[in-house]
Amino acid sequence: MAVLVVAEHDNAELKEATFNTVTAATEIGGDVHILVAGTGCRSVADAAAGVAGVSKVLFADDAAYEHHLAEIMAPLLVSLTGNYDAILAPADTFGKDFMPRAAALLDVAQISDIQEVVSSDTFVRPVYAGNALATVRSEDATKFITVRTTAFAAAEASGGRAVVEEIAAAENPGISTYVGSDVSRNERPELTSARVIVSGGRGMQSGDNFYLIENVADKLGAAVGASRAAVDAGFVPNDYQVGQTGKIVAPELYVAVGISGAIQHLAGMKDSKVIVAINKDEEAPIFQVADFGLVADLFDVLPELEKELEKIGL
Amino acid sequence: MNVLVAVKRVIDYNVKVRVKADQTGVETANVKMSMNPFDEIGVEEAIRLREAGKAEEIVAVSLGPQQCQETIRTALAMGADRGIHVKTDEELQPLAVAKLLKAVIEEERPGLVILGKQAIDDDSNQTGQMVAALLGWPQATFASKLDIGDESARITREVDGGLDTVDVRVPCVMTTDLRLNEPRYASLPNIMKAKKKPIAEKTPEEMGVDITPRLKTVQVIEPPGREAGIKVESVAELVDKLHKEAGVI
Ligand SMILES: Cc1cc2nc3c(=O)[nH]c(=O)nc-3n(C[C@H](O)[C@H](O)[C@H](O)COP(=O)(O)OP(=O)(O)OC[C@H]3O[C@@H](n4cnc5c(N)ncnc54)[C@H](O)[C@@H]3O)c2cc1C
Ligand SMILES: Nc1ncnc2c1ncn2[C@@H]1O[C@H](COP(=O)(O)O)[C@@H](O)[C@H]1O
Repeated sequence: MAVLVVAEHDNAELKEATFNTVTAATEIGGDVHILVAGTGCRSVADAAAGVAGVSKVLFADDAAYEHHLAEIMAPLLVSLTGNYDAILAPADTFGKDFMPRAAALLDVAQISDIQEVVSSDTFVRPVYAGNALATVRSEDATKFITVRTTAFAAAEASGGRAVVEEIAAAENPGISTYVGSDVSRNERPELTSARVIVSGGRGMQSGDNFYLIENVADKLGAAVGASRAAVDAGFVPNDYQVGQTGKIVAPELYVAVGISGAIQHLAGMKDSKVIVAINKDEEAPIFQVADFGLVADLFDVLPELEKELEKIGL
Repeated sequence: MNVLVAVKRVIDYNVKVRVKADQTGVETANVKMSMNPFDEIGVEEAIRLREAGKAEEIVAVSLGPQQCQETIRTALAMGADRGIHVKTDEELQPLAVAKLLKAVIEEERPGLVILGKQAIDDDSNQTGQMVAALLGWPQATFASKLDIGDESARITREVDGGLDTVDVRVPCVMTTDLRLNEPRYASLPNIMKAKKKPIAEKTPEEMGVDITPRLKTVQVIEPPGREAGIKVESVAELVDKLHKEAGVI
């Protein structure tokens, strides 16, 4: 029995999500292999070979794989399926794009966004924005699974000594091409793997006011997130959105500022270890999940918070 | 070109969903149902294409029980031209929906097929990708901008790192993200007009598609709740608690 993890990477480095997905694969059991498909990314394949618990790296080096377009990734996965009991990828915009395409080509039902491995064929996944947990069983010969990365610890990046096997590229159907990216770059940790997140909502009133959040985030070494309302209003870019239809996060500390706590937002952050809510409305639903709530005006609180953090040496 | 839009009937996003006592699913009796919000965005986008002279006919398709016709009527009231209802009381999983949609699409031959990126009930985020796969068409998922011509479409996608732009061959499948547009409300005259628009009915049996669920649901339970914590009186107290009590800063 063997399980294949599709590595998420940018042709330079493995993304954190890959390590969590390896852990889910390990829980399913059997040999764990990693597929690195990309271009000029030998260093990524080598890094994958070092991940603890991995016994083989399949390395497909071809210009076609540079941007992981689903139309090109799916045939590659299809060509490898026969050797695997399960194929896993992170349930983020990387994995969500090509995994169902490959599954459908093989007449397999994908199991999306698993948060627990019950056995090699049975998994728990959230439905209805996390208001229910469904346990589902699959009888497909090769299971296609996307993994809620916040639910699995990261595998150790070192300690593994896997062999790297080069594999041929699969056919490129030539029906889609990558044009470009508008990447919102900042020096902060990535939302999905940050230890601390400070998020702002509609209560921030404007993008200009987000510096108040950023100042606090700087002190905490935190990532900055947002509610959908803040993203829709154009305060911050789309990739800041936390929630049912944005990013799923589970940091040690999540600070929600001027966010009411709609079910769709909670779906993305309620597994955080400690939740702090700052809101001037004491009835706001966010307080129902907050460990520490502060009913106050955020425009008073944020500058004060910055000072108090300084006092404890941050 | 014609545009085909999939519209799913789901529990309204404002409803607090409850798990059934027998753990077989969630309570749907006497619960408000609506069109999946991402599908409203899909219908809106199709109407805008027609308004811009880029689309001719808009067909709204829903799959499921009799009441799906209400969802189709909503799409017709927004501005779709006609509906197709694939009627079944059986459970439909994404792969089965994709197979049924493929059959409809092969008959209708649209230039563009629009689905939501995710149904807010099963949260699968699969169906659009599967339809594209079965047709051998390109897919542009999580779209926030569409510029379509006769031969190809340029689509901006919302991805984890920001935005990606792709060119895909037409015909293609696109799945909507929240910021593609803001859907309109149906006007009263349009709601009246929608009552006269045709809805064709089909069944999976007639279409020769096997819809047997592939994933077996063993149980559905309520997630463990979070206990509400405490209110702090000041910022200083908050920092103190986070530092000394919770140890997270
Ligand atoms: C299909 C669908 C998917 C969705 N997906 C997501 C998702 O992934 N993520 C998400 O976040 N939302 C999502 N939503 C939207 C969600 O339903 C809410 O509309 C949204 O989360 C509200 O954002 P908010 O809390 O910032 O705004 P609001 O609900 O308007 O809350 C603003 C809060 O700020 C407080 N406030 C205002 N001024 C101050 C001040 N000066 N000081 C302190 N507090 C202040 C107010 O008391 C209020 O509680 C989705 C909705 C739909 C229909
Ligand atoms: N029963 C259905 N009827 C119509 N459209 C559907 C149905 N199921 C899924 N879809 C479409 O597929 C999208 C994604 O659903 P899912 O893959 O289940 O998250 C939805 O937004 C709809 O556009």
